[in-house]
Amino acid sequence: MQHIISVLVENKFGVLARVSGLFSGRGFNIDSLSVGPTLDPTVSMMTIVTQGDDRIIEQITKQLNKLVDIIKVVDLTEKEYVERETALIKINTRSEDRAEALRIADIFRARVIDSTPNTYTIEITGDVNKIDAIINLLRPLGIKDLIRTGRIAIAREEAKVAVMREERKAATR
Amino acid sequence: MHCGLPNRVHLGALGGYPLKISGSQIFIECLRREGVKVVFGYPGGVNLPVFDALYDEKEIEFILCRHEQGGTHMAEGYARATGKPGVVLVTSGPGATNTVTAIVDAYMDSTPLVIFTGQVPTHLIGNDAFQEADMIGITRPCTKYNILVRDVADLAQAIKEAFYIATTGRPGPVVVDLPKDVAQAKTEFHYPDQVSIRSYSPAYNGNKWQIKRAAQEMIKAKRPVIYAGGGVLAADACAELRALAELTQIPVTLTVMGLGAFPGTHPLFLGMLGMHGTYQANTAMHQADLIIAIGARFDDRVTGKPSGFAPHARKIHIDIDPTSIHKVIPVEVPIVGDARQVLRDLNHILSGAGHWGDASHYVPWRRQIEAWTQEHPLSYAQGEKVIKPQYVIERIYQMTGGDAIVAVDVGQHQMWTAQFYKFDRPRTFLNSGGLGTMGYGFPAAIGAQKAYPDARVVCISGDGGIIMNIQELATAVQCNLPVKLAIINNKYLGMVRQWQQLFYNGRYSASYMGNCPDYVKLAEAFGAVGLRATEVSEVNDVLAAGFSADGPVVMDFHVDEEENCYPMIPAGAAHNEMVFSDPPRPTRVPKMAPEADGVLTA
Repeated sequence: MQHIISVLVENKFGVLARVSGLFSGRGFNIDSLSVGPTLDPTVSMMTIVTQGDDRIIEQITKQLNKLVDIIKVVDLTEKEYVERETALIKINTRSEDRAEALRIADIFRARVIDSTPNTYTIEITGDVNKIDAIINLLRPLGIKDLIRTGRIAIAREEAKVAVMREERKAATR
Repeated sequence: MHCGLPNRVHLGALGGYPLKISGSQIFIECLRREGVKVVFGYPGGVNLPVFDALYDEKEIEFILCRHEQGGTHMAEGYARATGKPGVVLVTSGPGATNTVTAIVDAYMDSTPLVIFTGQVPTHLIGNDAFQEADMIGITRPCTKYNILVRDVADLAQAIKEAFYIATTGRPGPVVVDLPKDVAQAKTEFHYPDQVSIRSYSPAYNGNKWQIKRAAQEMIKAKRPVIYAGGGVLAADACAELRALAELTQIPVTLTVMGLGAFPGTHPLFLGMLGMHGTYQANTAMHQADLIIAIGARFDDRVTGKPSGFAPHARKIHIDIDPTSIHKVIPVEVPIVGDARQVLRDLNHILSGAGHWGDASHYVPWRRQIEAWTQEHPLSYAQGEKVIKPQYVIERIYQMTGGDAIVAVDVGQHQMWTAQFYKFDRPRTFLNSGGLGTMGYGFPAAIGAQKAYPDARVVCISGDGGIIMNIQELATAVQCNLPVKLAIINNKYLGMVRQWQQLFYNGRYSASYMGNCPDYVKLAEAFGAVGLRATEVSEVNDVLAAGFSADGPVVMDFHVDEEENCYPMIPAGAAHNEMVFSDPPRPTRVPKMAPEADGVLTA
């Protein structure tokens, strides 16, 4: 089963190599991995999409936790979460296809971010199914280049917390 | 006298801080504050500034190894014998890469080491400079942590953290890569009082609820076995383990890494378990209804085929490393924590249970185990002439009275030592359990002897393993470290030959080493004492002469060339599939014969 694991790491030299080395050294799969800074400049957040049965996922999260530079590991698959991925898709367009390309982009609420007489570059953001879907539709037109960011994901805040905050406000009023 | 060189900079002199000192001096100050007494290593181009600072150092002794792998194994032996971190100082490039085997060894066996590798100056890093190697990249998967110090201002903090990480939680090796310009640069010295790393906090106290569950499981069990490993030694939990066993009368088996954690002569001791473990230990594991694993990690040499491992048992697993739990074998009661803390809590609950006054609780189980012990005791048949390797080891045990630190290499002699030498005290058996590093034993013995100059330190090695780090005999002679080395010389890579005999139709491919070198002459060439026994009648004399001689001694025992190590669980088999003696001898097949079918492999 596919899991999305969110990993809070020290923003230090070599941490990405530690994480990727752990996966390759122990024979775990990485389907995608994305890294970026957080509000705290000393900390980065990684989103790792990986596969495995429960035993393997348990080992992955434990082994990640064991790395000294890793601050927190959360398997988002166990929770409610939202995920997004962005893709940039450059397509070849014959003149008769250009309108079709724009229609497809429009259906998916994608944007054209670069255009030449023979190509469009389309930016699309969404969950992984949406991106797969637009790629499938654009493929017959001729995809010249394609790049995907890998998935990023974040836990949904529990609705309860918001209610409590409201209640607290009410109480202090 | 070290004339003409400045004395060590006295901190706080000239009105105290701030006083700028060099990275090399900071290095030495840090080691002093960590209580380091001995450093093992080898100098070279980029760490000359550090060695220059060491020249004036009186409190820290430097042991010059003859190969950095040997030096790092010495630090391992020192660490394993004392429980304190072993410290290594080597130069960049080849000096650093030579330590890698021993670093992996320490990582596998959870041995605390801090290895300082020299590095080319920071402005040359990445330029393929002379003697440059990416040690951080190379050691990333085989260290608990590693760090390249790029700024002298970070050096003291890095060293403090290195010692902290190496020695806390599950111990392990930490590499500190020290570029030459950082060693030369100066800064104010502040040694941090304590370390707090937000991303590193080992859990020492076990979960109370799980410990309570463990106690309930133990009270319920009819056929329990304690299976303990090196974690008990690392946690200094031997007294607690003994208290648990004696309170509950549950029998104890140990892994090869755990030997010494429970007295080898104790009536509750079953001997080592696993591939070459005793019949009673493995059979008890197989028939048990409860296994209490403490500081052991269900290694494949212990479990055999995981699906056939302890099929009737519920399992309690106490380990400080969460990744060890559920890795190989699913367990019913996982307890993450320090073995000593957890066992104290467990003993506290159990001693209040009021259940244990009745010593008859496990009598049927103990009787059954006793019957197994009688059924297949460890044995060998010593004849009139040819020396049996087990006999030499048993004689070493008897002549030392068990009062020695014993280091071994890897292979048949390692297993025979584990079987026939009864280790009663913790930290007296040094061996490479996880990585199985030939060449480990002799330097490890030197490290242990350095830690305990007055102790009897014996290295039992094979003719294969000893030659891998024989150069350290020069270190032992130069430093006058009186290690007694017994070579169990069967002219073969014995364990390889045994497997070839049993599983490869007797085709001895590349396992014959011949009668070379002459170890007596070799010892003498190094300035050590060399002795030899070729017949059983000579064994006692050689041992007596060797143990009474001053300084390092090499004793070369020419033993039965084709003695096999039993009992044995073939790789991939289960605990109830033990083999006790040679199968009908296969005729040796000519070299070009086709390979046999059904070969068991690792």
